[in-house]
Amino acid sequence: MESSFDETTISFETQPSDYRHIRLSVNGATARIELDFHEDGLRPGYQLKLNSYDLGVDIELADAVQRLRFEHPEVGAVLITSALDGVFSSGANIFMLGLSTHAHKVNFCKYTNETRLYIEDASEFSGQRYIAGLNGIASGGGYELPMACEEIYLVDDRRSAVSLPEVPFLGVLPGTGGLTRLVDKRKVRRDLADVFSTLAEGIKGKRAVEWGLVDGIYPTSRFADEVDNRLKEAAQDADSTLKGISLDALNPKLDAETGSLQYRHVSLKVNRQERVATLRLTVPSGMTDLPSSVGDLGADWFALRAFRELDDAILRLRFHYPEVGLVLIETKGDAQDMLSLDAAMDDRKDDWFVRETLLFMKRVMKRIDCTARSFFAIIDEGSCFTGSLFELALAADRIYMLEEEGVQVEWNASNHGAFPMANGLTRLQTRFLADPAHVGKLSTMSGPIDTDSANELGLVTVSADDIDWEDEVRLAIEERVSLSPDSLTGMEANLRFAGPETMETKIFGRLSAWQNWIFQRPNAVGPSGALSLYGQPASPEFDYNRT
Amino acid sequence: MAISSDIIPNNVDLDSNRKLQKALVAWQPRFLEWWNDMGPRGYQQDMVYLRTAVSVESSGWAHYDYVRMPEYRWGIFLTPNDPNRTIGFGDQMGKPAWQQVPGEYRKELRRLIVTQCDTEPASVEQQRLLGDTAPSLYDMRNLFQVNVEEGRHLWAMVHLLHEYFGRDGREEAEDMLMRRSGDVDSPRILEAFNKPIDDWLAFFCFTMFTDRDGKFQLGALAESAFDPLSRATRFMLTEEAHHLFVGDTGIGRVVRRTIELMAQREDRDVTQLGGIPLTLLQKYINEWYSASMDLFGSEDSSNSATYFSAGLKGRFGETNGKTYEDHVALETYRDLKWMEEGRLTNHEIPMRRAMNLELADSYRKDCSSALNRWNKFLEEAGLADRLYLPELSFNRKVGVFSEHDYDVSGNPVAHNDFASGCVEWLPSEADKAYVKSLMVPCLELGKFANWIAPPRKGIQSNPIEFPYVQFHDKQTTEA
Ligand SMILES: [Fe+2]
Ligand SMILES: [Fe+2]
Repeated sequence: MESSFDETTISFETQPSDYRHIRLSVNGATARIELDFHEDGLRPGYQLKLNSYDLGVDIELADAVQRLRFEHPEVGAVLITSALDGVFSSGANIFMLGLSTHAHKVNFCKYTNETRLYIEDASEFSGQRYIAGLNGIASGGGYELPMACEEIYLVDDRRSAVSLPEVPFLGVLPGTGGLTRLVDKRKVRRDLADVFSTLAEGIKGKRAVEWGLVDGIYPTSRFADEVDNRLKEAAQDADSTLKGISLDALNPKLDAETGSLQYRHVSLKVNRQERVATLRLTVPSGMTDLPSSVGDLGADWFALRAFRELDDAILRLRFHYPEVGLVLIETKGDAQDMLSLDAAMDDRKDDWFVRETLLFMKRVMKRIDCTARSFFAIIDEGSCFTGSLFELALAADRIYMLEEEGVQVEWNASNHGAFPMANGLTRLQTRFLADPAHVGKLSTMSGPIDTDSANELGLVTVSADDIDWEDEVRLAIEERVSLSPDSLTGMEANLRFAGPETMETKIFGRLSAWQNWIFQRPNAVGPSGALSLYGQPASPEFDYNRT
Repeated sequence: MAISSDIIPNNVDLDSNRKLQKALVAWQPRFLEWWNDMGPRGYQQDMVYLRTAVSVESSGWAHYDYVRMPEYRWGIFLTPNDPNRTIGFGDQMGKPAWQQVPGEYRKELRRLIVTQCDTEPASVEQQRLLGDTAPSLYDMRNLFQVNVEEGRHLWAMVHLLHEYFGRDGREEAEDMLMRRSGDVDSPRILEAFNKPIDDWLAFFCFTMFTDRDGKFQLGALAESAFDPLSRATRFMLTEEAHHLFVGDTGIGRVVRRTIELMAQREDRDVTQLGGIPLTLLQKYINEWYSASMDLFGSEDSSNSATYFSAGLKGRFGETNGKTYEDHVALETYRDLKWMEEGRLTNHEIPMRRAMNLELADSYRKDCSSALNRWNKFLEEAGLADRLYLPELSFNRKVGVFSEHDYDVSGNPVAHNDFASGCVEWLPSEADKAYVKSLMVPCLELGKFANWIAPPRKGIQSNPIEFPYVQFHDKQTTEA
């Protein structure tokens, strides 16, 4: 039965010396992430046995992946393996799922999905190739994690198998992209995938290779060496001259009474009663030019710091502020500062640190796309929706813009490719799916755009002059927060991702939606549901009618 | 070789069962290969006085004669079918027993059978070197008897895999002959079956304690709703009784010999006379008993609940009409105390989740009666020493007690105290080396090694002084 737990105790910040579940070690061009999950999870009521995980584990994993990119750019390949004998990971902890609220389950799934995608992003764009060394059984989420790696090796000991037992065991789905990656990424034949996904005990040895579930098998005596060789090979293109930066803690100030958060560049003002929060990013004035070694800027560099803060605020929104239904996005600052920052970044985009920062900004924006809150961008006096920050407006469900002298937006090259969405398109391309030529036209324009022109160009949802502005915005807010939060979540997710499907959109859209549905159904969570009765003495009873 | 009832005694209609024939044509020669590679080393050409089951009738299940082990007729026997048998427990109690594997329980049944099956060849592999240090011809014969019957148990379980699990079953059957006890790359499934049994005291402990776990596992499977499994395991139990006899009387004979040697010395130090001290025997008991407890699995187990609900695995004596009244077990709990967050805490385990514990309880009772017999010897000799069974929580690697240390009386102890206590509780390397030093073969007709007493009687009304093994290459010395 789900039980209450103070979600605000969850922190998304950690560092290797605080890890309780994984061990990160770097050795020249290669790194290892060893899974050794401590039995105590985020909250009492379950034990993380057999390397089963909860959100706390995934926060460490995400931190390790992020730190490897920023702190260890010299690393070219990363091995994920287990410190346990005979077990790689047995996936998400089922008792944890049983205790968690629906919101926690969904956000947990979403977060783990994002971490898996970040691993793929690192393999694809950061030259850090992930290899999974399965030295024991990998089931459910414990196999989904390896599927996010470029290569999977499984020990051939006649015992260790990979499996997705969610359907036969729990009456739910492999919720971290398992089914999608099976057929979309690993391209396992659909009928074999069907057999595999209903086979609780999974598949081991030669057949796992034949079916494409893993890339190779080695006997126990050779396993560690072979995987190590493969890791070193994969790290061949690493650049040992690169020096990382260190990521410090963000430590926002929390106003205990209101719940508002103040970071260096970002603030989250919360109005719990109205169920509205204002997320504001402020561009500091007088940013200096980029030094010859950009890495010298370190974690204090505005571009990195501000987006780390934004990321943390979004995660806290998801878990700490379930009652907040609408987020107003505001930016403040001088457009010129943003334009020169963007131009300098574009100029130096081959520098590893600039590249990583841009990739990170992309991920944060995607995190916003995937957050189940309504977002309204508020563009008024002093706003700085310029260049890469204009992307934040484009990420919003609606854009409100004040008709007034000096209120403006401006885009640049960064809005035409630096920050693709999950569907592979830019936010402008997705916005103007009906008229690609219009996007082309926008790309040839430069300079500030006032409210009238922005309106004409289709960049504004509602504009109002100073007389109507306050009422217009207030009414929109009040109306929005009065609607059913569930239907809004579904509606927004449907409207945000027009255009082509990618593996990523399928994972979030298709799989998560199904998972959410199944997670609510009596066959899973009813009194006789498979998930409710997991580990219980009684067997589940299904309503066998299909939809 | 053609597969027929001539070479494979059976009551499963082998001659007209094409599916089974097809499977066995491939498997049987590989089994023989395995037996020659991994069976008892050095004695395959000798004539051994062995019991063979040739039918399930009481006249046929124990046929004694000399046979070379590779020519042993490993058969496939199921206890005769009772067409009216119903499911005796769990959610489907009262419905007819299953003659086929229900699809929804395929994986659980396969897992139960594969895990049980794997222990059979494993123990043969563990014991393959023991022939060289046999304390007598009688004991050597018993060892080989146990070995060939474990081989037959492999057959019995493989038959289920072949007959009821299709291609998967054939693959699992093949894997049974591929895994090797203690092999790094391809070990046996259960850890206890991966270390060699290389002295005879360990062999007696194995047959006394580990094989006895097998008895209770088989007994629990004999209750299964899957009728062929029930019938196969019921027949295996008849053979298993002899293995337990070997262990029980083996240790009893050690006790009796030690008593004799103790009487010969003022200081009772039997090591001076090449005997096995009671303290050392106790350490072996502690080690083997606790390791065997681990084989039952966790005291609080969701798997055990699934097995019981579905009717796959019951309790020992579930349906004998005497032991249990409530066969649904949904409303009752078992209390068990273990250390949690630094305190000995009581836990209420729903009965279905506590089925491993129930089985372990039956097992403990069974062990206790053997202990009583040995202690009787001590009592009759006027000695105050007694042997005991360590508590459930002692030295556990599996289950709710595995995360904390407990002494032999079940008291929680700090890890350091446990480590120092082990000197007293568990055999040290020196202890094992001492036992090994006693292991010299004794092949003289009717004679026994110094550390063990002769049995009360021979096999099948033959005298103790009887050539139970006839060597093709060495002489059995006449007394
Ligand atoms: Fe056996
Ligand atoms: Fe046995």
